[in-house]
Amino acid sequence: MTEAVIQMREMVREYQMGTELVQALRGVSLEIRRNEYVAIMGPSGSGKSTLMNLIGCLDTPNAGEYWLNDQEVSRMSDDALARIRNREIGFVFQTFNLLPRATALQNVELPLVYAGMNAGDRTERAVSALARVGLGNRMDHRPNEMSGGQRQRVAIARALVNAPSILLADEPTGNLDSVTSAEIMRVFGKLHAEGQTVILVTHEPDIAQHAARTIVLRDGQVASDSANPCSVAA
Amino acid sequence: MPLFEAVRLALHALWTQKLKSFFSLVGVLIGVTFLIAVVSIVQGMNVYMTDQFTRLVGMNSFQVRRFPGIQTGNVSEEQWREWRRRPLITEADAAYLMAGMRTPVLTSRNCQGRTVVRLGGKEAPDIGVTAADASIFRIKNYDIVNGRAFSAQEVRVGAHVVVIGDLVAERLFEGVDPLGRSVTMQGIPYRVVGVVDKQGTMLGMSLDKFAIVPFTTHAQRWTCPHNGIRQLEVQAADVITMRAAIDEAETLLRARRQLGPTEENNFDFQTADAALEGWNKIATILFAALPGLVAISLVVGGIVIMNIMLMAVAERTKEIGIRKALGAKRRDIMAQFVVEAATLATVGAIFGVVLGIALAFVVKRYTPLPAAVAPWSIGLGVFLGVAVGMTAGILPASRASKLDPIEALRAE
Repeated sequence: MTEAVIQMREMVREYQMGTELVQALRGVSLEIRRNEYVAIMGPSGSGKSTLMNLIGCLDTPNAGEYWLNDQEVSRMSDDALARIRNREIGFVFQTFNLLPRATALQNVELPLVYAGMNAGDRTERAVSALARVGLGNRMDHRPNEMSGGQRQRVAIARALVNAPSILLADEPTGNLDSVTSAEIMRVFGKLHAEGQTVILVTHEPDIAQHAARTIVLRDGQVASDSANPCSVAA
Repeated sequence: MPLFEAVRLALHALWTQKLKSFFSLVGVLIGVTFLIAVVSIVQGMNVYMTDQFTRLVGMNSFQVRRFPGIQTGNVSEEQWREWRRRPLITEADAAYLMAGMRTPVLTSRNCQGRTVVRLGGKEAPDIGVTAADASIFRIKNYDIVNGRAFSAQEVRVGAHVVVIGDLVAERLFEGVDPLGRSVTMQGIPYRVVGVVDKQGTMLGMSLDKFAIVPFTTHAQRWTCPHNGIRQLEVQAADVITMRAAIDEAETLLRARRQLGPTEENNFDFQTADAALEGWNKIATILFAALPGLVAISLVVGGIVIMNIMLMAVAERTKEIGIRKALGAKRRDIMAQFVVEAATLATVGAIFGVVLGIALAFVVKRYTPLPAAVAPWSIGLGVFLGVAVGMTAGILPASRASKLDPIEALRAE
């Protein structure tokens, strides 16, 4: 196994929009190593979301290769991708994306249900994941009984519960106030310090600053890829 | 995802939207209710009719008649005419059979009519009067609770005596002992010598509105056809002897009437089986119509559930996206919605079973119709519920499973 978790080569992604062919990604190559803390930035229309979907195995490229943990995922079937998402990716979304009718614990257990784990082990793992994000006392609350910060922590616990290779966060603080944002960023910092690979997708420079490395996209290509001198995490 | 998990999830979804769920499963509910109730009633009728006919006619007795007394289905014009051309069963025919039969049997010449039975100013209308021989009481299995049956001797001399049914005694005598008193039928007085044990009802009709008089009384004139009798009632010891007796009677009567080998019988034997045949035909029709009726409700129920599930898929696109992002495979999503639809329909079917049984009991309690719940119909009802739900769930579930996760996550 190499050090690299993610290896992308000349990734191209095009969409047919009516009669027009939109090139969202025009040949992106990048490599992310284990335990890196990376921010992906770029203005809207830069291909940032497309790249995130590809990294998260929600989508496949039209051309190019994507190796995740030494498996080529760029040619996989839908169900194989689902399996990869389940085991390798932990998603954190801007709008939390929790199931509204399920409790925090049930939400966190969900990836384990799809992994086919038995109920006893599932609960144990989910409880410890919630404890890890400081929500050990909120397990039976439903999303609408929790604050935004708490919801996002439930989402982080859910992302972590399968011990994924990468934690992929899409504008994780976009719906939070600055105090709560700082709190969530501290959680990411802590997880990174514990050895978790973290990828942040954001358009806010001060959020990106938390990462050790910033990749900027522009017009579907990598415009810059640099270490962050003033990174909080570094 | 394990099945149990999926069912639990489905029940939870059901419970959170009770009213909507109720409306969506009402079709299946009605279908299964109908299935259970109709099967119960038909089954109940079956048992009941068999019991009653056996009691009324007796499995070991038959009647020699001019043509069948109970017709089942449509009788053609031609058939009617043939029956009408047949000679009557005469007293001489009866005497010939009674004298000639070697098989040990009880026989009674019978004629029936309806009339008003009067006592002073009181009257009991619409009483079925039978003019018969003395053995009628043993053939019909009538217990005399008060007094006695009339004797063969009384028949021989044409004594104007009468044995009355329970309802007639009640109507006319209210607390007074009827024995020895005279009632009047068609202007002629008859002395009451006995009262028959209460017979109860059949399909709501009383079986106690009757009077029996000796065959040789004045009643013969208005109960029997001119120069004939209605039927000769014959009872053997058991069914096998009865079959032998029928064969014997057939041979005797054919010989007496000089029917050639190619000629059909110009008389008829009626047994309990023949009488039951009528009911069996009705039951067959009901059972034949039942699948159609149940199928219609279930198809409607299935369509409703399919629509509800399509709506659920549309409403829960975001949820499907989340589940897919977290690793749900196509078949996980498929299973979730199929199980949800099946659960919905099964819950409907279970309520249908309960309601169907309740309906059967209400029918049994408040109408003369009997009802007996058939266990197989319960099993079938629940099975149909599951099957309808799964079938109805397939299209919506497949649609859900094919959603693109990115698109689905974007939904609100």
